[in-house]
Amino acid sequence: MTDKISMLTEKANAIRKLTIQSIGELGVGHIGGALSLCEVLAALYFDVMEVDVQDSKMADRDRFVLSKGHGGPAVYAALALKGFLDIKDLQTLNRSNTNLPSHCDMRLTKGIDMSTGSLGQGFSAAIGMAVAGKIDHKNFYVYTIIGDGETQEGQIWEAAMLGGSRKLDNVIAFTDYNKMQIDGYTEEINGLEPLDLKWKAFGWHVQTVNGHEIESILHAIDNAKTTKGKPSMIILDTIKGKGCDFCENLVASHNMPISEEAWKQAVEWLDREEV
Amino acid sequence: MVLEDRWLRETYVDLLLEYAQKDESIVIVEADLMTAIGTKRFQAVFPNRTVNVGVAEANMIGIAAGMSAMGKIPFTHTFTPFSTRRVCDQVTLSVAYAGLNVKIVGSDPGVTAELNGGTHMSMEDVAIMRNIPNMVIFEPTDSAQFRKAFPQILNHDGPVYIRLLRRNAVRIFDDDCAFQLGKGIVLKEGKDVTIVASGIMTSEAVEAGERLKEKGIDAEIINIHTVKPLDTELLLQSARKTNAVVTAENGSILNGLGGAVAECLSENYPTVIKRVGVRDHFGEVGLTEFLKEKYGLKAVNIVEAAEKAIEMKK
Repeated sequence: MTDKISMLTEKANAIRKLTIQSIGELGVGHIGGALSLCEVLAALYFDVMEVDVQDSKMADRDRFVLSKGHGGPAVYAALALKGFLDIKDLQTLNRSNTNLPSHCDMRLTKGIDMSTGSLGQGFSAAIGMAVAGKIDHKNFYVYTIIGDGETQEGQIWEAAMLGGSRKLDNVIAFTDYNKMQIDGYTEEINGLEPLDLKWKAFGWHVQTVNGHEIESILHAIDNAKTTKGKPSMIILDTIKGKGCDFCENLVASHNMPISEEAWKQAVEWLDREEV
Repeated sequence: MVLEDRWLRETYVDLLLEYAQKDESIVIVEADLMTAIGTKRFQAVFPNRTVNVGVAEANMIGIAAGMSAMGKIPFTHTFTPFSTRRVCDQVTLSVAYAGLNVKIVGSDPGVTAELNGGTHMSMEDVAIMRNIPNMVIFEPTDSAQFRKAFPQILNHDGPVYIRLLRRNAVRIFDDDCAFQLGKGIVLKEGKDVTIVASGIMTSEAVEAGERLKEKGIDAEIINIHTVKPLDTELLLQSARKTNAVVTAENGSILNGLGGAVAECLSENYPTVIKRVGVRDHFGEVGLTEFLKEKYGLKAVNIVEAAEKAIEMKK
């Protein structure tokens, strides 16, 4: 394992533990779909994205839109580790008067580029950001993550069609394909397959990688950057609730109550794994 | 009263072109109705600042929100029902909740959708937009007023819904008319009844004022171009004088101008009020004059309402 991959693996673990802790301390939350994001967030915030902790509004920074806004707690953990927030701010998650609501809010949280929560809309706004970047001949990238359940929204495909049609190669999108949504398995509710072919048909460059392998994620992002004339969709094959013993691969993990004992044990287990 | 030669949509595009020359952040985001609103003229000058998303109104709002987050001032356009009820959640969350600055143009308000009929005729667009926090709702009365309003709309850092008649309006204002977004305009002072009107109902209100004068009734006539924020100060001042108010709007009386005025008066200075407008009814195919008569949107209806209001306050 190279030093970089080792460092990013540590960051992903730290994001995972802080996410479990912040949702655990609150006692309830969207833990499953947050934990499937830890590796991609580590890759983006600690290697890929040009962002400035001192200047969170830096004009030509890369943009990030978590279109599946309910994964906010994992992004807050990444922002805190990066230095946009204090680690102790995570204790305010989803409490009264917090700057860290359950779903991402650009008005409240330093480092959040778009308010999201009503599914399908963040992806559309991300495409709009990329359109603006092209108009102004800017070199930044727009990174965005959609959920697999979210992929059922019509607005995703409206925006996908425009992204392909306008050849927005400054967009690198990810699907967190953890195969589960609130009511059950995605394939049983309203199946997405063949998901890669759908995106290809909409004019996107498509790759599918293991969403918990940082090296594969970085490689896919490099491929996306060298692909000109097409936006990129990287389908992340992920596990809902990844790395957390009480919720891994559990449909109910979408939004579940969590006991103090459970989250503390889960964090201890992750600590032991690292050693 | 005379109809203007130039359609309001042409004034809209004139204004876009004029201000876009000075302000590079202005862009338009369209949903396959550029031909209807006339913005192909804008595209010819600013092809790079024109984004036509095709028939995808939700995406139009999302794209505009994203562009606003990048510092652009996007103007979106489609017909009133598709600018409001079809994209209610996108406008609420991606634009208003996110604190972004998108100007949302809805054309063919109320009965002026004419031959497009009930599917394209929103009576409820103002009601929908009124319930979205921070939304400003502006309906130009004529081209002179629109020209005065445009830079103020541009300088307002937040979402504005522009309820735009596409065709030619009845001329009400002079080219050098005074204008302030959010401030109503007294067209005629009076003491017996206040008539508050917006959009195409303004000229009907002026005509009603003349007819009432023949009957010995002295009506005060106010143009409310900005339904939200409502000029409550002017309304209350007039209500305290006349103690009878009539509202007149080209749309539903439920939560539109009439609803807004009723709320304001009830809370601050309970006053007899009569609302002229569409009474909980879908639209239908028909020319504007036919529909105005059918739904009771004529000067005669305002006169009747004013007489009833005066009778009730006795």
